[in-house]
Amino acid sequence: MAVKVMIPTPLRVYAGKRDSAEFPAETVGEALGRLTAQYSDLKKHLFTDEGKLRSFVNVYVNDEDIRYLAKENTPTKDGDVVSIIPSIAGGC
Amino acid sequence: MTETAALLISKELAEGIRRHGAETYPHECCGALLGRDGSLTQHHDAHADDGTPRREILALHPLVNRREDSPRNRFEVTPRDVIEAEKAANSQNLEVVGWYHSHPDHPARPSQYDRDHAWPWYSYMIVSVVNGEPREMTSWRLDDDRGEFSVEPIEIRQGAAV
Repeated sequence: MAVKVMIPTPLRVYAGKRDSAEFPAETVGEALGRLTAQYSDLKKHLFTDEGKLRSFVNVYVNDEDIRYLAKENTPTKDGDVVSIIPSIAGGC
Repeated sequence: MTETAALLISKELAEGIRRHGAETYPHECCGALLGRDGSLTQHHDAHADDGTPRREILALHPLVNRREDSPRNRFEVTPRDVIEAEKAANSQNLEVVGWYHSHPDHPARPSQYDRDHAWPWYSYMIVSVVNGEPREMTSWRLDDDRGEFSVEPIEIRQGAAV
């Protein structure tokens, strides 16, 4: 078993059309790092140039927002599901 | 800007977006565009006769603008709303292929704010609403390198939806 990372629809074309990928990972940061190492085109859409998660990228571990846990240091274990859910924003 | 294939939408659905923009004026409206895209599905609807992948809007999922603090010039769809839109799409065997919003008393052109918050792959439709009247409607796709929005031509399908 490993950690399952769910890939949101707008990023699937950069991940071989996959809607999920599995990696061994002990933290959310490690899971996302392995995801972007395998699919490097994802990196710029998830992270700023400074390496921070973009504000409209929401990450959950088993339905809990990592902002309320330990952010990218949130521990993960086999069988956990890490979901990446967009916020959508814009305006004049 | 890169060339993008046309976004297909029926006259009725295009009118639905314009109507939503008029209803919420002077605030921005927003909603999800549900449909099919040949880059993710083999469904025959998502491909032209020559096999070229295409994108067609087949339903709208209007949403509530969550930016109650600044609804005249900002809109937001929360992750919970995104999940709800995706469930609505899946229940109709469709995908969320993009989002629409209005620009009250502003042109239907993406702003810097639009670009800073955009996801790739999605179609971003914008309708300009001036003095309560819907005017031009455009669609945009963020370039892969996040540098620019490219125009996505809209092809309106006339006649009743099947």
